[in-house]
Amino acid sequence: MTNGPPSSLSLKLAAAAGLLFLHLPLALIFLYAFTTEDKSYQFPPPGYTLDWFEIAWNRSDIWKALWLSVRIAAVSTTIALVLGTLAAGAVSRSRFFGRESISLLLILPIALPGIITGISLRAAFALADIPFSFITIVLGHATFCVVVVYNNAVARLRRTSGSLIEASMDLGADGFQTFRYVILPNLGTALLAGGMLAFALSFDEVIVTTFTAGQQTTLPIWMLSELIRPRQRPVTNVVAVFVITVTFLPILAAYYLTRERAEVAGQGK
Amino acid sequence: MSAGADTFGAVDRGRGGAFRRLSDLLFRQPRLLLAILLGPPILWVGVIYIGSLFALLVQSFFHLDDFSGLVVPELTLSTYAELLRPSNLDIIVRTVVMAAVVTIVAAFIAFPIAYYAARYARGRWKALFYLGVMLPLWSSYLVRVYAWKLILAKEGILTWLAEAFHLTWLLDAVLAIPVIGGPSLSISYIGTFIVFVYIWLPFMILPVQAALERVPASLLEASADLGARPSQTFRSVILPLALPGIVAGSIFTFSLTLGDYIIPQIIGTSRLFIGQAVYTQQGTAGNIPLAAAFTVVPIVIMGIYLTIAKRLGAFDAL
Repeated sequence: MTNGPPSSLSLKLAAAAGLLFLHLPLALIFLYAFTTEDKSYQFPPPGYTLDWFEIAWNRSDIWKALWLSVRIAAVSTTIALVLGTLAAGAVSRSRFFGRESISLLLILPIALPGIITGISLRAAFALADIPFSFITIVLGHATFCVVVVYNNAVARLRRTSGSLIEASMDLGADGFQTFRYVILPNLGTALLAGGMLAFALSFDEVIVTTFTAGQQTTLPIWMLSELIRPRQRPVTNVVAVFVITVTFLPILAAYYLTRERAEVAGQGK
Repeated sequence: MSAGADTFGAVDRGRGGAFRRLSDLLFRQPRLLLAILLGPPILWVGVIYIGSLFALLVQSFFHLDDFSGLVVPELTLSTYAELLRPSNLDIIVRTVVMAAVVTIVAAFIAFPIAYYAARYARGRWKALFYLGVMLPLWSSYLVRVYAWKLILAKEGILTWLAEAFHLTWLLDAVLAIPVIGGPSLSISYIGTFIVFVYIWLPFMILPVQAALERVPASLLEASADLGARPSQTFRSVILPLALPGIVAGSIFTFSLTLGDYIIPQIIGTSRLFIGQAVYTQQGTAGNIPLAAAFTVVPIVIMGIYLTIAKRLGAFDAL
């Protein structure tokens, strides 16, 4: 759609209010990371201090949880990148029976509530006598990360002209060379964006993880336990500020990587 | 240019032999290529996800022996009979009602944002709107739930605001409403509801915006040319075309609310939602069959929902 008559004031207000509703709560977290009050959520904070950052920095349990989360997200993202690209390649290059169902199958792990994925995996691990470990967490995470990579890759492949691939083949490149020199450079930023989103998704996941982690503590699980049984509330705030920053950066980067294409897609037909 | 030269160089070197032959084989046998591409992802999701789902469904037909506290692996429907007890039915109804209300309210809040972003926002504003929706969508779920704990707590910012504006009576009146009220907003259905809407809102905005962006401007001009007032155009042209987007968004808001167990645990009353019932049944109670039977409820509801959504063309708006 293009510009019609100027928007009404009430529409502007409703849109602005909606966006504020989405963002103001996050701003509060930053404020509370500096409060001197550590027993309650008193507002306005009675005083401000930087001490909690130092205390959080020296907590070894936070570092351990963070390191576990990073490793899980890295491995899950790698698996999702491979599987998602393969599926996207298959769906965009050919027509076959059941093609429509592939998207549905891949989207199912995030379309159905996370608790279903979680308890299913737990039930399956119990039946197969698989003990909880690093791998059981990764199995769950990679499953729901695939669709993120897939969506990004499929959208990009749809916009990549097929004649480019034909030209490459006509000029004598074999399938692997075409992939390496024509398809991959075209797909690169989409995969990077999908990978970063998958990383953010895995880094942040808590519902499935509670079912597949056993005694292990990822950063979200650490936060959840602090929310239910708080020990030092401001420390939780500091970690929350850290998590917000860490997840914002890849999202911003993913946006700028796919931006031009997104504008094209947004033109509407 | 250098990339092109590179390519030719690679071709000139003549990677004959195995690579070339394999490439030719795959070119002549597109089915084989397809199988190679599709095999790993289908196997992964099929075995790990669908397989686990199946393992869970099978367990819902087992039952828990009341005396030994062990799961008896015999096929029976007694667990489903247990699921239909009044106390369990309460949990199901409570969750479905909450999911429905959350979905409807999220659609109302999301529409103006999506409409403005799709129709009026241009250039830098468009980017701002897009990021404004994407950042909360991808940023930490737990952190965002936690933010509301700070806001809704009895000593939190909302109580402070009410005092500052001399509206404490209003807050008290809201909290005094039977059933949905409570001692403080963070221990009431209202609190749970607000947080659900807040957390799932981006899932509603994005598909609605995508659907609105696909509405051709010429259609709106035609409607105006034919004498429709803006409100008529909105009702009979824009809204029907936005509907698939709204349905697509509702898939997420509805499904995510049905299965969530963390939000009502952190902000809400002690009365359970389906997610919490599943969690307690499989955890402390050790009753995996009943937990499995509970998860069948959202699966069945979402199955029906997805079928209807597909008919309404919602998948094209995803």
